[in-house]
Amino acid sequence: MIYWHIFSAFFIANILGYGGGPATIPLVQREVVNRYGWMNTEEFGEVLALGNALPGPIATKMAGYIGFEQAGLLGAVVALFATVAPSLMIMIAFLQILHRFKDSPKVQRMSLWIRPTIAILLGWMAYDFFYSAYTDIGWVHTLVLLIMSFYLLERKKVHPAFVIVGALGYGAVFLGG
Amino acid sequence: MKHWHLFLAFFRVGILGYGGGPSSIPLVQKEAVGRYRWLNDEEFGDILALGNTLPGPIATKMAGYIGYRVAGVFGAVTATFATVLPTVCLMVVLLTVFTSFKDLTWVAGATKGVTPVVGVMLAMLAFDFFNKARTGGLGLRNTVILLLASFVALTVLRVHPGALIAGLLLLAIVQPDKEK
Repeated sequence: MIYWHIFSAFFIANILGYGGGPATIPLVQREVVNRYGWMNTEEFGEVLALGNALPGPIATKMAGYIGFEQAGLLGAVVALFATVAPSLMIMIAFLQILHRFKDSPKVQRMSLWIRPTIAILLGWMAYDFFYSAYTDIGWVHTLVLLIMSFYLLERKKVHPAFVIVGALGYGAVFLGG
Repeated sequence: MKHWHLFLAFFRVGILGYGGGPSSIPLVQKEAVGRYRWLNDEEFGDILALGNTLPGPIATKMAGYIGYRVAGVFGAVTATFATVLPTVCLMVVLLTVFTSFKDLTWVAGATKGVTPVVGVMLAMLAFDFFNKARTGGLGLRNTVILLLASFVALTVLRVHPGALIAGLLLLAIVQPDKEK
């Protein structure tokens, strides 16, 4: 029964959560805190805070941990499966169809026409990240990190891994206070 | 070997993606398009667009589909697990062993340092897509028109991104093919 509850909680949260992992967090909270009462709001907040401090997608970290706490290893597996599998299957089915007809002018036009929209969506996300950095660490640190990372990534073609590790180091030293 | 590469690529994406799924998008692009050439930019754009119209976390949808393209169902499993598992394990261990981790100020500071870097990577990717639209057949004028229309639709009219992309895809299908 607990496995069924875990499955349905994370299935519902993620199938309704448009806009990637962060958009599903309030839905996860509604299932986990309000419907099933597995934790209170404060505990949920702590799990979320730790999740945000660690790398990787947030929705799956929450699902894995909450599933594990409720029903051990199998609980974690069930929660992760419910989070990831349904939308992934739809995605694979759609893209296989698209791939089969990829030489059709209609399909080529589909890819082309959505590009400016993707550019806007990515630009918007970029702005979100800049804005939250600005409110969080102020404009001086934001600008320093922005200019340094742009220079390294775009001009010097440094691999993002090194730039991210460098930014983590910068943050640990200058932004910890 | 394919599976090992898939694992490596998405392990790096998972472990370097601070700030949730969206921050891993530029990293997925770097691995799948730049390093291993499993896809070209156009295919990556299609996956990203469709991923945005479908519900659920974006990082695992992209990992799962790219894994599937490269090595079938087991490829999808490998890529998804590599994205998810290392950080979930870390999370479970840290939360069960000691809960004071998140209060360590240098950990919080380190994570904050990454935010502007992710912003830069996303902005560079956005510019890439703008350029690809312009040189790919739309031309500067039509690209700018679509760009402004998308911006107005998303911000002023508050159209859902999924609905906007679905609408554009539908228009592209309905539009009759030009005779050449």
